[in-house]
Amino acid sequence: MLRRVLLSPAGFVGLLLLLMIVGMALSAGYFFPKGPWALVARPYQWPGQRPGLPFGTDSLGRDILAAIFYGARVSLIVGLVATVCALAVGITVGSLAGYFGRGVDAVLMRITDAFQTIPGFLFAIVLVSILSPSVTNIVIAIAVVSWPPVARLTRAEVLRVRETEYVQSCKIIGMSTPRIILTQVLPNSLSPVIVVAAVLVATAIITEAGLSFLGLGDPNVMSWGTLINVGRPSIRSTWFICVLPGLFVVMTVLALNLLGDAINDALNPHFRKR
Amino acid sequence: MTALNRHLLHYLGWRLLQSLVVITIVVIGSFMLLHLVPGDMVDVLGGQRGDMDAELMATLRARYGLDQPMLVQLFHYVTGVLQGDLGYSFRNSNTVLSLVLQRLPATILLVVCSVAVAVFIGTLAGVFAARHVHRPIDVIISMVVLIFYATPVFMTGLGLVIIFSVKLKLLPVGGLITPGVDMTTLQLIGDVARHMILPVLSLSLFYIAIYARLARASMLQVLNQDYIRTAYAKGLGTSHVIIGHALRNALLPVVTMVGLQIAELFGGAVLTETIFSLPGVGRLAYDSVFERDYPLILGVLLVCSFVIILVNLIIDLIYTLLDPRVEVSR
Repeated sequence: MLRRVLLSPAGFVGLLLLLMIVGMALSAGYFFPKGPWALVARPYQWPGQRPGLPFGTDSLGRDILAAIFYGARVSLIVGLVATVCALAVGITVGSLAGYFGRGVDAVLMRITDAFQTIPGFLFAIVLVSILSPSVTNIVIAIAVVSWPPVARLTRAEVLRVRETEYVQSCKIIGMSTPRIILTQVLPNSLSPVIVVAAVLVATAIITEAGLSFLGLGDPNVMSWGTLINVGRPSIRSTWFICVLPGLFVVMTVLALNLLGDAINDALNPHFRKR
Repeated sequence: MTALNRHLLHYLGWRLLQSLVVITIVVIGSFMLLHLVPGDMVDVLGGQRGDMDAELMATLRARYGLDQPMLVQLFHYVTGVLQGDLGYSFRNSNTVLSLVLQRLPATILLVVCSVAVAVFIGTLAGVFAARHVHRPIDVIISMVVLIFYATPVFMTGLGLVIIFSVKLKLLPVGGLITPGVDMTTLQLIGDVARHMILPVLSLSLFYIAIYARLARASMLQVLNQDYIRTAYAKGLGTSHVIIGHALRNALLPVVTMVGLQIAELFGGAVLTETIFSLPGVGRLAYDSVFERDYPLILGVLLVCSFVIILVNLIIDLIYTLLDPRVEVSR
């Protein structure tokens, strides 16, 4: 499985890019011990204008490269934690709805419908502004808006697996329902969910950057979106303040999408010829 | 009434009922959110005027029913919303409904144009790539699509502003119409169109990527089907087979996807409208967040949800008309 992912060009490039971003997040403290908020030079220095500041400085004279290194931490952590939360909720709802069917299914799926009807990003804005902007609340808001597709996918898979003979025979030998769901149904229905997880992390990173871009980011944390928001007023002249962190958002999302595609191809070998 | 019509009516009735249930859940959810906010309407009003005493506040609470138990308040809220009463925005001294409705046309224009552009260009690119699968042009399209797919809406928007408005000075930076100029109707349409190019492009780029990927995959699948071979064997020309036989079937997943993504598009509209200062509901929501005008934000959320449910019903209808297999299920 891992070998197949690595051997595909998409998987290789994706993993390489992602490892680079992870490396940046881990080494931020080593390369920039003064942190992302330190004022290092005059404001609005263009990239390369000053030695030691390859990405220039922002409107307050902070090192943009340092901000991008520290921003990688925020983006990755928010993306991962929000995805884990969304997966937990989505898998629980989806497997309950799919396994029990009937009333449980109807109630859970209408709630899922309701969540899918509300514009996700708008809902995240509302949640963050009501709960006050902090990393925890941003993670909660992203998880709240991104679990419905997971629930739908899990439900569809569980519906398929539920009817298989091995699940039926587990019922006949009297295995308890939670045990059937946890040991038989879920392990056999989660592989498409893994692919979605990669895309979820990417979407979560975009949402976090979008929120910070609008000024709803955690004011105590330097993220890529924060930097883009800082650079927006002066976009006519010093556009690099917005564009540089933006490129890193694009790169991370691209890496995750490539990885998702590669995992998908590895899981469904018969689709690869397409 | 034919059997087909009865089948269709039954199905639409069922969908309508489902939509009503979903709307009710959304309204109840919005009520719960409103009560998550510390303080109520009267607190906001008191904070604004600054000279209210406790007695007046209690009178106002009684007048607006804010002193009643939660369930009674929920009942009043739900019946109010169903009658079009979404609350009152003290910041703007207007009802939430009229504020939202004033702003809705710009957003609908933006979303509809973006969907149209995305479906048209995306499908075209996807079909073209599928026709030349694994040739250089397919690889190039796939790579461009991959990059579009990874670019957040606000980055596309900022990038387009930098290139077309700031550097090339070709298109306006923002707004919906050039202010202070007398124009004929035709000039006005042209002016709005010029203002809409960049917002529509920045909102649709991501979706162009999605539809291109989808159309390519679904076209490749359809082109392998027996009925395509049959059509060719009958002696039909390539363009006839592609448009009349393959595309019709390959479009089905695209239509489904539009329905699923209409909600996301409204979310993306917040960013686009903020960047291009368009007078739409997204911009309204953004402003009301910073004014802490919660009834207004939730009003935007509710109206958007209604619109999305409506659009999904319409898309279901289109789907049944587009899918030739509906006739089989008679």
